[in-house]
Amino acid sequence: MLIQSVKMALKSILSNKMRSFLTMLGVIIGVFSLVVLVSLVSGASGSITDTISELGTDQVDVYVDGVRGLPISLNELQTDIAGLESVALAAPYTYSPATVTTANESTRSIIEGTTPELAEIQGIKLEHGRFFMNPDVENNTNVVVISHEMAVDIVGRSDCVGEKIKINGRSFTIVGVIEKQSNQMMLLMMGSPYICYVPYTTLVRLMPGMSMSVTGFSLSAQSSLDDVEKEITEYLAKRFPGEEDNYEIYNESEISDQMGKVTGILSILLGGIAGISLLVGGIGIMNIMLVSVTERTREIGIRKAIGARPSVIMLQFLIEAIVLSLMGCLVGIGLSWFAMQVINVIGNVSFGLSLTVVAVAVFFSMAVGIIFGLYPAKKASSMKPIDALRFS
Amino acid sequence: MIRFNEICKTYVMGDEVVHALDHANIHIKQGEFVSIIGPSGSGKSTLMNIMGCLDTASSGEYYLDGLPIEQYSEKDLARIRNKKIGFIFQNFNLITTMTAEENVELPLIYQGVKASERRARVKEALTLVDLYSRKDHTPNQMSGGQQQRVAIARAVAAKPSLFLADEPTGNLDSATGKQIMDIFKALNKQGNTIVLITHDDSVAAQAQRSIRISDGKVSDINIADNEFGRRGGAI
Repeated sequence: MLIQSVKMALKSILSNKMRSFLTMLGVIIGVFSLVVLVSLVSGASGSITDTISELGTDQVDVYVDGVRGLPISLNELQTDIAGLESVALAAPYTYSPATVTTANESTRSIIEGTTPELAEIQGIKLEHGRFFMNPDVENNTNVVVISHEMAVDIVGRSDCVGEKIKINGRSFTIVGVIEKQSNQMMLLMMGSPYICYVPYTTLVRLMPGMSMSVTGFSLSAQSSLDDVEKEITEYLAKRFPGEEDNYEIYNESEISDQMGKVTGILSILLGGIAGISLLVGGIGIMNIMLVSVTERTREIGIRKAIGARPSVIMLQFLIEAIVLSLMGCLVGIGLSWFAMQVINVIGNVSFGLSLTVVAVAVFFSMAVGIIFGLYPAKKASSMKPIDALRFS
Repeated sequence: MIRFNEICKTYVMGDEVVHALDHANIHIKQGEFVSIIGPSGSGKSTLMNIMGCLDTASSGEYYLDGLPIEQYSEKDLARIRNKKIGFIFQNFNLITTMTAEENVELPLIYQGVKASERRARVKEALTLVDLYSRKDHTPNQMSGGQQQRVAIARAVAAKPSLFLADEPTGNLDSATGKQIMDIFKALNKQGNTIVLITHDDSVAAQAQRSIRISDGKVSDINIADNEFGRRGGAI
């Protein structure tokens, strides 16, 4: 009986193509906006999350540049702080703008001073050469690791290990080139694709007025960043009593948590707006189904006279509403897929259809079909056969 | 197989109470061909609606194949109409968006008959009315007589206990009407019970027995001079 009802529903929908299409349009637009908006948000939040983890979500950043007590020395960082139970690695971090020149080119760039641990904490990947090593830090060697973009623009090629560049007039040997940054979002957040890493000690000596004491550092965890955060908070409280306002501790995993919450709210908000248009589509279905029931009163009468039970008539119209709504849903999903492909090409991104939202769209369309089909179907099924037969 | 015991049907129209059927007593036996005759407004349609389980009586008892009809719900009445009654209407009442074949198949779908058996029974019924070759035509591609034959085929396919025809020839010319009446006679010969409602004496005369209705009152009359009468058919 179900198969027969579906067949009848399809037949009736196809016999009135234009009207059926216009009815479906509400659902098509609703599903389209729902799927595209939510897929875009989840795609964007996905790439933001990637960016954050590339920046190092697996780290705790500490800034102690405001403290008045005895500053933290490089040695203290590398022994006492790195030796904390929950801490895996500790790397100091400082930076300064400088002029970078080669024989032909000259540019301004941020020079970052650190130790080899930072490369591990942040998972920096090299295209050529190596990151500088501990002896380089100990001997404040003039070695530099530059970004791919910088190598191409300043030196002229990426495979330039062994070449010399000048930073603020001092000659540095390039020992490594960082992989090309493919993440658009990352580039946006960094502002400039030009990066130079030099040993911490080298940068301190290069820049007049810069102190050997550590002003900022990054920590990675043995297991939990929350443990690291707790332990470093205790450590600094003991180290700088009464100066809680003068240093800052950032647990980067909180940033991605916050980001997740923000995009979650955004998804629900946009999904809700799209859901309203789906609701409007449902009202369109109800409207047309009511017209259809009135138009087909005589047919309903005939069916009842030859023995269709009320439940069968009910099922027939209900299935017609559901089929209308599901067909609209499928078209909407197809259009969304197409739209996402276009967005991916134009925006040079790779956002997929969110399967969750596709499932939600199918579920909601079905629900819309049932809810808005129920009343017209009930109306059809409760007609008295003689009244329906007399109708002309 | 049909027994009306003191059936009354009253309608309220404004302030006026209309007695469409007034203590009607009717008894029709298995295999009979009975015509019900009366002028328009006499209560024929009400009688037909009640007999066809499309409507229920205000009072009285109606037994169809021994079933006390007034005790059933609409759901059960639909089943009874489906299995026991084959309607043939004056205006054919075919579903215009469906082909002849689909129209004939419809009651079988409601009966839950399997697809293969449905096809066989549809073919048999359409062949009986000599329209199998036009099975893919929709009603508006057919003449009135052909449409009525499809409607008869629809009733035949369902294998009902009772064929209930309401002015089946009313919208047809006399030659086509005769064709339709011949089909009814043939069906009756095969043992089917037929109740034919008409206002036309010459049509009514072709049945074995006529029941006259006027102002909601029923009276049995015999038409001795018809072909069944000559054969000594049941009265």
